[in-house]
Amino acid sequence: MLRYALRRLSGFLPTLFVIVTVSFFVIRLAPGGPFEAEQGLRADVRANLEAAYGLNRPLWAQYGRYVGGVLHGDFGPSLKLRDVAVSELIARGLPLSAGLGFAAMALALLAGVGLGLAAALKRGGLIDHATGAFAVLGVSLPGFVVGPFLALVFGLYLHWLPVAGWQPDFAHAVLPLVTLALPVAAYIARLTRGSALEVLRSDYVRTARAKGLSAGRIVLHHVLRPALLPVVSYLGPAVAAIVTGSLVVESVFGLPGTGRYLAEGALNRDYSLVMGMVIVYGTLTLGCNLLADLAYGWLDPRVRYE
Amino acid sequence: MSEAPRDGLIVRAARTLRRDARVRFALIALGVLLLLAIAGPLASPYSFDRLDWKHIAESPGWVACHWLGTDRLGRDLYVRALAGIRVSLAIGLTATLVSSLIGIGWGATAGYLGGRTDALMMRFVDVLNSLPYLFLIIALTMLFGRGNPYALFAAVGAVGWISMARIVRGQALSLRQREYIEAAVTSGAGTAHILARHIVPNLLGPVVVYAALTVPQMVLFESFLSFLGLGVQEPLASLGSLIRDGAQEMESAPWMLLVPASVLLVILAAFNLVGEALRDALDPREGGA
Repeated sequence: MLRYALRRLSGFLPTLFVIVTVSFFVIRLAPGGPFEAEQGLRADVRANLEAAYGLNRPLWAQYGRYVGGVLHGDFGPSLKLRDVAVSELIARGLPLSAGLGFAAMALALLAGVGLGLAAALKRGGLIDHATGAFAVLGVSLPGFVVGPFLALVFGLYLHWLPVAGWQPDFAHAVLPLVTLALPVAAYIARLTRGSALEVLRSDYVRTARAKGLSAGRIVLHHVLRPALLPVVSYLGPAVAAIVTGSLVVESVFGLPGTGRYLAEGALNRDYSLVMGMVIVYGTLTLGCNLLADLAYGWLDPRVRYE
Repeated sequence: MSEAPRDGLIVRAARTLRRDARVRFALIALGVLLLLAIAGPLASPYSFDRLDWKHIAESPGWVACHWLGTDRLGRDLYVRALAGIRVSLAIGLTATLVSSLIGIGWGATAGYLGGRTDALMMRFVDVLNSLPYLFLIIALTMLFGRGNPYALFAAVGAVGWISMARIVRGQALSLRQREYIEAAVTSGAGTAHILARHIVPNLLGPVVVYAALTVPQMVLFESFLSFLGLGVQEPLASLGSLIRDGAQEMESAPWMLLVPASVLLVILAAFNLVGEALRDALDPREGGA
């Protein structure tokens, strides 16, 4: 297990480094710069601005300076949001974004595995059909349709939940959480149902039944672990889905997280802001992928020796 | 020699598509939307970027021929939704075509050559796959600049070829063991000839299935980027940008959200239905469960 963990771990930093390097150079290749859009900016003023931010130096020198800064926890100043450091923006927004993401993942796992198991145990029953419909709908409905729709129904028509004016409390978090968790929960329910059905048909489950074990014990000790394998291998893509979804959810519900900075930074050519976001989200995604890999190795000893 | 399985494929696909009522429904829905997207603007006196200052945020109805109402700038929502369908479909299909071509070429070459070339080529695919997709796309939107949707979405397709390459490579690996490939090799056919004439035609089944399932993904991706403001730019409309505008106005003008949202859902559901039916018909191993 340790060797497997180390092998997985050794891929983490090089991949992150590749992402940072490629992103850095690709966004600089583009024509135009952060100060292009400003009206009536004189050429010499712009040159001064660029000099102040070090943008007039050779690209490789900027890259060296940037990477050096990042290693010391300095992500540089934002080029558009004046007088704010990118690390400050991250510190302000990340707790909310990360908290929401992890809560949504937990919700999706609980709901998805629960529904999938229930559907498989009572195959053809009411729960099975409901789960089937939920899975199809949840997977094909994009978050940027679900979010506004939920806000419209539960916020503006029924007045059950607040939809604007973010406060860090439960009522404000319900709709963003549900929107974020829905597609992932739907896919997990589908995966769990399929694999649980397969496990339930296997010989050792029949043996366990023949031995007279209780249904609860069989599910807990013999079905759950193998049935969860496909779910665990889906965790990587699930993290990506939640990261992508959080961009939408934060924009729909007006949450002050980090998600909006990625799109905003890209629109404004705020190089340092985009790079900061790439590093934050890259680390999060790769880190969660790593955890998923380790969990898979722990659940299924076979993959450790491939 | 490679004609027979291809005929079988088309016949089988056509039979499935005709038999399944849901698929027939999906195809009819897509056909109607396509027809509307092309000919529909004739039924309205407005163009998609014309501002009608007398009818701002009009609700759907008969007022001044704004069938589905207008937006905050008085632009006709019916015409804009149709423009959005055209943009979404064009981009979805372009991106799918590009990603399929790259994926087939890469996968077939890796699978047929095998050995170290295969290992190297698939290692590259693995590395690309472990990079978060989203950053690459956002970096590319910055590279191409705004207002150039086709170049941008050719790029989206160029990143989306990975799964196609994997599927094709798996098929090619098993095909190269077949006797007719051996026969072609012994009769002196070159690698390029074998790839083009024997390998690629015989893996069309999974390719068609996967391409059909890629279209809705690409449509979705385009809408997602336009929703964030990174895709299609004003005054051009895409379903994603219309949904974004609608979400901002939903309190006073819910139809601005509901019209593009329902059109997008119909398109996605229809393509998914057709793709999944094709998969069940042509690739029985992956169906069921």
